[in-house]
Amino acid sequence: MDILVVLEDKNGMIHRMSQEAITGAQRIGSEFNLSVGILAMGGNAAALSDQAAQYDVNEVLTLENEHLNHYTADGYGAAVAQVVTNENPKYVFFGHTYQVRDYVPRVSAKLKRPFLNDAVSYSSEGGNPVFSKQVLNAKLVAALQPNDGGTILISFQSAAFSSENIQSGSANVRSISVDIDSAEIKTVTEDPFQEEAGGVDLSSAELIVSIGRGIGKEENILLAQELANTIGAEIASSRPVVDSGWLPSHHQVGSSGQTVSPKLYLALGISGAIQHVVGMKGSKNIVVINKDPDAPLFELADYGVVGDMLEIVPKLTEALDR
Amino acid sequence: MKICVLVKQVPGSEAQFSVSADGSWIQETGLPFEMNESDNYALEEALQIREQKDEGEVVVVSLGPDRCQKVIREALAKGADRAIHIKEDAPYNTDPFSIATALANTIKDEKFELVLSGLQSDDLGFGQTGVILGEILGMTTATLVVGTEIQDGKIKVKRELESGWFQWQTMDLPASLAIQSGLNQPRYPSLKGIMGAKKKEIKESLFVDMCDIDGLQSFNGLSVQRAEKQTEMIEGTVDQVVSKLVDVFKNEIRIN
Ligand SMILES: Cc1cc2nc3c(=O)[nH]c(=O)nc-3n(C[C@H](O)[C@H](O)[C@H](O)COP(=O)(O)OP(=O)(O)OC[C@H]3O[C@@H](n4cnc5c(N)ncnc54)[C@H](O)[C@@H]3O)c2cc1C
Ligand SMILES: Cc1cc2nc3c(=O)[nH]c(=O)nc-3n(C[C@H](O)[C@H](O)[C@H](O)COP(=O)(O)OP(=O)(O)OC[C@H]3O[C@@H](n4cnc5c(N)ncnc54)[C@H](O)[C@@H]3O)c2cc1C
Repeated sequence: MDILVVLEDKNGMIHRMSQEAITGAQRIGSEFNLSVGILAMGGNAAALSDQAAQYDVNEVLTLENEHLNHYTADGYGAAVAQVVTNENPKYVFFGHTYQVRDYVPRVSAKLKRPFLNDAVSYSSEGGNPVFSKQVLNAKLVAALQPNDGGTILISFQSAAFSSENIQSGSANVRSISVDIDSAEIKTVTEDPFQEEAGGVDLSSAELIVSIGRGIGKEENILLAQELANTIGAEIASSRPVVDSGWLPSHHQVGSSGQTVSPKLYLALGISGAIQHVVGMKGSKNIVVINKDPDAPLFELADYGVVGDMLEIVPKLTEALDR
Repeated sequence: MKICVLVKQVPGSEAQFSVSADGSWIQETGLPFEMNESDNYALEEALQIREQKDEGEVVVVSLGPDRCQKVIREALAKGADRAIHIKEDAPYNTDPFSIATALANTIKDEKFELVLSGLQSDDLGFGQTGVILGEILGMTTATLVVGTEIQDGKIKVKRELESGWFQWQTMDLPASLAIQSGLNQPRYPSLKGIMGAKKKEIKESLFVDMCDIDGLQSFNGLSVQRAEKQTEMIEGTVDQVVSKLVDVFKNEIRIN
């Protein structure tokens, strides 16, 4: 096949971002006349492969191996490298998940093939797709090209394709195998766990005042807190605020924090990195105050103010209090 | 324990970018540069491991042009023992695989037990360098690391998963770990540290001597992000902005 989509297992179901990658493969496949295969591997390979066979693709490969029942970068890196060598696809697609971040660079190093991570879009050049990623604080987009015609590994950013557009159909299933030496597995993983849940469940909040690094220092959080109290909003934040120890981690919105969809998301001094955006882009009304007119979060804003939040917020609190 | 920390210098988060005339990269003159955020946490973790064990060495390695001296000095001032600077003055024309190869060739004889890198760079965000380096040098690898515990001949790391989940894993040494921000509180350099840094060794080498392979991928043009949504921009004096915001909150979004 020309495009191989590698699935990620989410408790026996195909990970949402793998479905998006399949959607992308279907679309790019039909646009550039490329055949599409799907690789289901790991402890739940059979279940994943049953689901994958319901999509309109050419083939589904099922890979079971005792060393793949639990995820390790050692095992998954070795397995995917072997499958790519054997099948020799032109493109290998992944969702840009935390697991993909963890092992796909190993595949890249083993095969000496480029890994274009976190791609957001593609265009057509000379009859071939060329993929782009965001760089420099998401302010610019860069197209990247492999230096030769061999296989390229590509992971797609969340929502690069909408899985609502996935095409159903039926596909042949083929079992494949790989050779993994137990000496290669030098990692033992334990079961995933959640840290003790914090006080606030932001997912059901109606109004959210969210602060980013632009708040400057810990004392200034009070300004945002007063505004939140005045309108009855919850306080949320971007990661650097939590990393600095200024707010407990359950206030964090984003890929490693909570996902929210309030009526109002007021973002104060937040630049709009994708890892933050995935947690709040479903908000009904996004209002952004940022002193940098080029801050990427303005692209998602319904209302935007270019200005100093430290100046605006106290006056806003006062005005709303009246 | 002998620990290597990979430190990259990147444009600061306040930087304003403009694409260079030929469209190949950005104009660098006048940009503020600083230590990549997650690298700062990696450095702190290395210093803490050395302090816990009260033995060992922390060596920082940075690849980039002369301006990188600034982050190297900063790392030495915070307590790294010595540094290696791989000089590269060429424009942005390499990829993570070449960078990792150059880093691997530079450190392979040092026999580090641990290599700590940032999870991803704030400028290009490939998020691969430390893992590729580990693979090249036959080390175990882990990314999104938010906690470390040194054990006998092994290391136990806490990894961040999506949406507030975590996982512990125990790995053989030597290991290359890509550190996620927030796992510690990075220190500031002391005056004594800043003075002491001047006497510390910075070994220099050239990228061309360290990278014996061709890159795997290259940039093919940069462009500005396009807006997705129609944004109503609220302009005016602070007072005008405030009263318009109050109007939007009350009458458009209807917050109460
Ligand atoms: C795997 C991974 C997971 C991550 N998970 C998350 C996550 O769950 N949540 C998250 O938020 N991030 C997450 N991040 C981090 C993310 O990439 C960004 O680094 C982070 O979101 C940036 O936060 P920020 O916008 O507050 O800071 P910055 O990007 O530093 O932006 C600060 C902004 O404040 C503005 N500003 C400064 N001063 C003022 C002022 N006085 N008035 C108005 N504006 C001002 C600046 O112009 C700037 O736009 C993750 C990163 C990775 C790699
Ligand atoms: C086309 C192109 C041309 C480039 N040319 C140059 C150039 O001429 N000079 C230059 O300095 N960079 C250059 N770069 C950037 C350099 O190639 C990147 O450092 C490399 O691609 C790794 O990607 P990243 O920075 O996104 O690292 P990531 O993989 O995201 O970085 C992860 C971690 O690896 C470590 N790391 C990464 N890079 C370095 C480094 N340089 N020194 C020490 N530690 C590091 C850090 O700990 C970092 O946090 C170029 C990149 C591209 C795509």
